[in-house]
Amino acid sequence: MKIAVCISHVPDTATNIKIGEDGKSINPTDVTYIINPYDEIAVEEALKTKEKVGGEVVAISLGTDANKDSIRKALAMGVDSAVLLKDENFRDSFGLAKALAEEIKAQEAELVFFGKQAVDFDNSITGQLTAELLGYNCVSVVVDFNLDGNKITAEREIEGGKEVVETTLPAVITAQKGLNEPRYASLKGIMAAKRKTIEEKEAVSSESKIEILQMKKPQGKQAGKILGSDASAVPELVRLLKEEAKVI
Amino acid sequence: MADKILVVLEQRDSQLKKISFEVAKAGSDIAKSTGSEVQAVIVGNEVADLNKIGNYGVKKVTVLKNSELVDYSPSAYSKAVADFANEVGANVLFFGNTALGKDLAPRVAVKLDAGIAMDCVELNNTDGNIVATRPIYAGKALIDVQINSDKKVFTLRPNVFNPGDPSTEDAEIVEKNIDSPDLSTKVIETKKAEGKLDVAEASIIVSGGRGMKEADNFKLVEELADVLGAAVGASRAVVDAGWRPHAEQVGQTGKTVSPNLYVALGISGAIQHLAGMRSSKYIVAINKDPDAPIFQVADYGITGDVFEVVPALIEELKK
Ligand SMILES: Cc1cc2nc3c(=O)[nH]c(=O)nc-3n(C[C@H](O)[C@H](O)[C@H](O)COP(=O)(O)OP(=O)(O)OC[C@H]3O[C@@H](n4cnc5c(N)ncnc54)[C@H](O)[C@@H]3O)c2cc1C
Ligand SMILES: Nc1ncnc2c1ncn2[C@@H]1O[C@H](COP(=O)(O)O)[C@@H](O)[C@H]1O
Repeated sequence: MKIAVCISHVPDTATNIKIGEDGKSINPTDVTYIINPYDEIAVEEALKTKEKVGGEVVAISLGTDANKDSIRKALAMGVDSAVLLKDENFRDSFGLAKALAEEIKAQEAELVFFGKQAVDFDNSITGQLTAELLGYNCVSVVVDFNLDGNKITAEREIEGGKEVVETTLPAVITAQKGLNEPRYASLKGIMAAKRKTIEEKEAVSSESKIEILQMKKPQGKQAGKILGSDASAVPELVRLLKEEAKVI
Repeated sequence: MADKILVVLEQRDSQLKKISFEVAKAGSDIAKSTGSEVQAVIVGNEVADLNKIGNYGVKKVTVLKNSELVDYSPSAYSKAVADFANEVGANVLFFGNTALGKDLAPRVAVKLDAGIAMDCVELNNTDGNIVATRPIYAGKALIDVQINSDKKVFTLRPNVFNPGDPSTEDAEIVEKNIDSPDLSTKVIETKKAEGKLDVAEASIIVSGGRGMKEADNFKLVEELADVLGAAVGASRAVVDAGWRPHAEQVGQTGKTVSPNLYVALGISGAIQHLAGMRSSKYIVAINKDPDAPIFQVADYGITGDVFEVVPALIEELKK
């Protein structure tokens, strides 16, 4: 079976975000980019599924040449081939999903893994949008995945518990932490990844439905009051919570 | 041009969820400000107390009904909601940014060819256009966005839009049967975490970090949570150590929360942790290191030992 995994290339979660001069995007100076943490989980699940049912895994990423770092990471983990859909411009999730759906169709992939969320714009929707555009079934925020022939049983995380969902291929699964522990790339894998070629294509163009008017920093919270350094500060804390904050 | 607004409500076990009131109020507020019509829709079967949606400014609610639709089915719910939106000519839809909303809203958006803005924390009427503010980079920055397509979908972060005091007005309830729903993807079972309040829904959270020293000591965190009626949260360090389940993790790769009160016990306040909780209304930190970054976002802090301060706090609250 052909399995696809969609990966995004995002600022390291430890990055301090600075707003760029246009006031609409971030200043990329000094920003380290990594493979999106949830996409590593998606890659792992794709590889595990391939090991179980056979087939091959293709990684798809939309962006610039810089994305190749994250693509190489996926290849080093064991992904068979990769496609970079080239696009230098800002895309909304809809435009992104359209380009990904197009490529998934071209690859004839029946099972597609996404991360549940890219930790840049935190949209959490690209998998669902892509599935809907393809007419594939979809289970999002998955922490347990089972494929038996054509049949999928997956658990998705919800508030205060989990939902067990049943569906069938073709399908999109979005990966949540807890689904698996992503493997480390072996030295052999890293060497092999260097030899694999990344196919490059122009991403299909798409008009953005979303317009960013302004990017801004949240209003900094004022560091508050230190009430003391031991239990003697407790009565004052309780008083403030009741009378000033009025939250208890 | 005035909009036709549709707020999509949420039920679990046929009870309205709190987010429904928040979305109803936010939807009716923006409708008032833009001179638009607003109505509500919910998918389910026999949903209790639906008339109460009227208390939050929405006068009419339609139940898209079928006994198979008590539990979530992405395929059936998305079709039902999108068909209904088309039928009533709605061009602006609001959902909660919940487990259900995050799954459902994007599918409905594709069916309607609508632009979609997720996890909004503010809505403003700018010359008749809805401008939404949403956090990005886990709250390290915000963007103001406008949707330029004819149809627009917004999801609203829970616990941010205050539903205010309810009025006594009832909503008119309309029932509409959904025949032979598409159940190609369907929830067959819901596994509830035993009797626990989820951090994503709690108005008070007590979180423990590595400063709690070992899993057993979370009894103290749980006890404080109990007296406050709070949910228990955790830092990634303790989740990775296997002391607490991942569902409790707060932060960039855990849950984003904005409770009224967030109490951090023995948590240093790493940037990834702050990302998930800095929008809490009040933050209390107890940490023995006065230089811990958590104090930079805390409203009230005690620079002491959790094993001394927390038992005293529990006692004081019980008084
Ligand atoms: C990709 C990525 C994603 C991440 N996502 C998350 C996330 O979602 N959520 C998250 O929380 N972290 C996340 N992290 C991890 C984060 O960087 C920190 O490592 C983590 O938050 C630290 O947890 P902690 O505060 O419990 O532990 P520590 O940083 O070890 O802090 C323990 C604190 O306890 C205090 N302490 C010790 N003993 C006592 C005592 N007796 N009384 C009082 N105080 C005491 C110490 O002074 C210290 O400040 C992520 C990291 C990466 C790289
Ligand atoms: N530029 C991209 N190229 C390929 N896949 C992406 C890209 N951006 C996001 N994705 C995928 O979509 C998931 C959800 O992203 P988002 O909806 O932006 O939070 C990510 O975890 C990736 O699997």
